[in-house]
Amino acid sequence: MNLFKIAWKSLKQRRLASGLTALNIALGVMLMVLVLVIFGAVDSAFTQRSIAYDLIVGPKGSDLQLVLSAVYRMQPPIENLPYLYLEQLRKDPRVVSAVPLAFGDVTEEGSFPIVGTTPEYFENDYMQGRSFKIRGSRVNGLLDTIIGHEVARKNGWDFGSTFTIVHGGAESGHVHDEKFTVVAVLAPTGTANDRTVFLNIEGFYAIAGHSKPIPEYEKRLRDFYAGDPERLAAAMSQLEAAKKIEAEDAVAGHDEHHHHATPDAMKEVTAILVKTRPDTPFDSFSLMSELKTGYQAMAVNPIIPIQKLVAGMLGNIQKALLTLIAVIILVSGVGIFVSIYNSMSDRRREIGIMRALGAGRVHVFSIILAESTLLCVCGGLVGWIVGHGLAVFSAPWLIERTGLLIDPWAVNPWEATLFPVLLGLAALVGFLPAMTAYRTNVADALSS
Amino acid sequence: MSLLLERVTKSYREPGGKPIPVLGIERFAMNQGEQVALIGSSGGGKTTLLNIISGILTPNSGRVVVDNTDLATKPEVVRDRFRAAKIGIVFQTFNLLPAFSALENVLLGMSFSGRSVDKPFAIQLLERVGLGHRLHHAPQKLSVGEQQRVAVARSLANKPVLLLADEPTANVDLANQQLILDLIRDTCRDHNVTLLMVTHSADVAGAFTRIENLKDFNRPERCLQGQSA
Ligand SMILES: Nc1ncnc2c1ncn2[C@@H]1O[C@H](COP(=O)(O)OP(=O)(O)OP(=O)(O)O)[C@@H](O)[C@H]1O
Ligand SMILES: [Mg+2]
Repeated sequence: MNLFKIAWKSLKQRRLASGLTALNIALGVMLMVLVLVIFGAVDSAFTQRSIAYDLIVGPKGSDLQLVLSAVYRMQPPIENLPYLYLEQLRKDPRVVSAVPLAFGDVTEEGSFPIVGTTPEYFENDYMQGRSFKIRGSRVNGLLDTIIGHEVARKNGWDFGSTFTIVHGGAESGHVHDEKFTVVAVLAPTGTANDRTVFLNIEGFYAIAGHSKPIPEYEKRLRDFYAGDPERLAAAMSQLEAAKKIEAEDAVAGHDEHHHHATPDAMKEVTAILVKTRPDTPFDSFSLMSELKTGYQAMAVNPIIPIQKLVAGMLGNIQKALLTLIAVIILVSGVGIFVSIYNSMSDRRREIGIMRALGAGRVHVFSIILAESTLLCVCGGLVGWIVGHGLAVFSAPWLIERTGLLIDPWAVNPWEATLFPVLLGLAALVGFLPAMTAYRTNVADALSS
Repeated sequence: MSLLLERVTKSYREPGGKPIPVLGIERFAMNQGEQVALIGSSGGGKTTLLNIISGILTPNSGRVVVDNTDLATKPEVVRDRFRAAKIGIVFQTFNLLPAFSALENVLLGMSFSGRSVDKPFAIQLLERVGLGHRLHHAPQKLSVGEQQRVAVARSLANKPVLLLADEPTANVDLANQQLILDLIRDTCRDHNVTLLMVTHSADVAGAFTRIENLKDFNRPERCLQGQSA
């Protein structure tokens, strides 16, 4: 029989005390695992897993606001960019994919953000290595929409549901006349896409009230291309053409609601999602710095601003919680100490018998240390498994309620330190009782 | 010679520091396979003597030679290992570890000797003491007599050269007393194990051909003469 087996038998002899003290450790470790899993999920929701684009291009302003609005749809848009710039980006050899987003409106029911985009948005992955799963038919008409999983669930919408949207921005509260139709529903993604209603970007432009007077566009284009006279001239000539058509329309007395395809010079996008060439990370840096100096726009990394925010806020909360849990585990360790130490006086004779059988001082010392080790490690193992098990069980519920996609078996680097720490704790709390065993006077113990 | 004590003295120390002389033995010897009943008045130092022979205690002076090894001069770790390998011990009561079954108690006796555990032999020993059907019982579920029989089996687990028994039959009924006594003596004889058994019972002592009374060869005063206490 090895020392651990002997220790195990002694623990079984005192199964209530042993069980309770191990349970303490298990609870502490379980809490730790849950905190790490949940914070890990929050962290990855906001950082590495949030988006599979390299850059977000938007008007000059706050980095954070651009990311929060374009990726998380939590902030109103800053301003708009000319659609012509999207075309320009698409021609850039460094750019693999440039997807426009136009937003600002929300659904009347549930206030879900409306995002105008192109089919390319759904062809690209929404996260690294994860592609959209779409249930339903293609978007054909200008008023066809694809809705996120949460939108469908909360509003009880499915194919054929129709709805109206509320204009955001200046005259918010104004309900647009157009009736939109759901033609497809996205499978859950655990991202802001679940809470979004997607619209063909052409449909977005077609919504009455989304277009502005031509001089307004002219002013914006002049601002935007102030440093690039060549492109400004091209833009202006496009705008002239648009002016002409409008003038003809006015002469012909066309109905106001009759729709012409919106000329590119009069289109604007709120943000552009950009994928640069893979394996050439400098592409995104060079694009970023070009925009910084060139146009009235900026390109931001979709992850870094959020990472800073999350690290700043959640990092401290996580640290506080982990400290608390460390204290809980330490207190559980004290429980183990008390339990073993109390048992020592009853076990004097047992230790004496073992010594009489030829066990050395080191043997009995080790047996007691093995007991505290078994309690710590078994408790820790149970807590670790239960913690991750709970994460597995609650994963569907969490994504349903919070949109948080957790990876229940993701092992945080902190967890790697868990078992060494538990072993250290076992040594610490086992030491004094083990010393008592070590020092036991055999002759006295046997005569008691 | 299996056991030889020469000029062994032992005194305890009072809390005040004054020595209490207990043993002063000029010479005590036993041949291999010999069986001796040790009698003597209570408090005479019989248990102390057994503890010195088993290496649990060291004498203040003198030689304690077991199987050609002088334990008195050996450090504790060596004495522990020696005891595990060569000496079997049976106490008066509560010999067994309550957390372990009868069989495990015997296996435990084998665990500290450094040799590999021989389970078939452990079972054979328990069968021999008539407990082949109680291998997996916890000590608390066994009668005192049965517990003593397990203790006898355990004391023989490492095939010792010397068996020390300290009043092994004091707490059992007469029928068991005879059974246990026979068991110890027969197995010792079969395996050529030297047996030193302390007893207060004239009946038990009467069964031995060699009976020693401690007071006949123990002169505690010797502790105080010359030798350091
Ligand atoms: N650790 C000790 N400290 C001080 N005195 C002790 C200690 N152990 C034993 N003694 C004393 O030594 C003497 C011998 O004790 P021991 O137990 O060896 O006697 P014994 O012959 O076995 O007695 P009994 O027949 O009652 O078991 C006794 O007077 C006892 O009080
Ligand atoms: Mg005694």
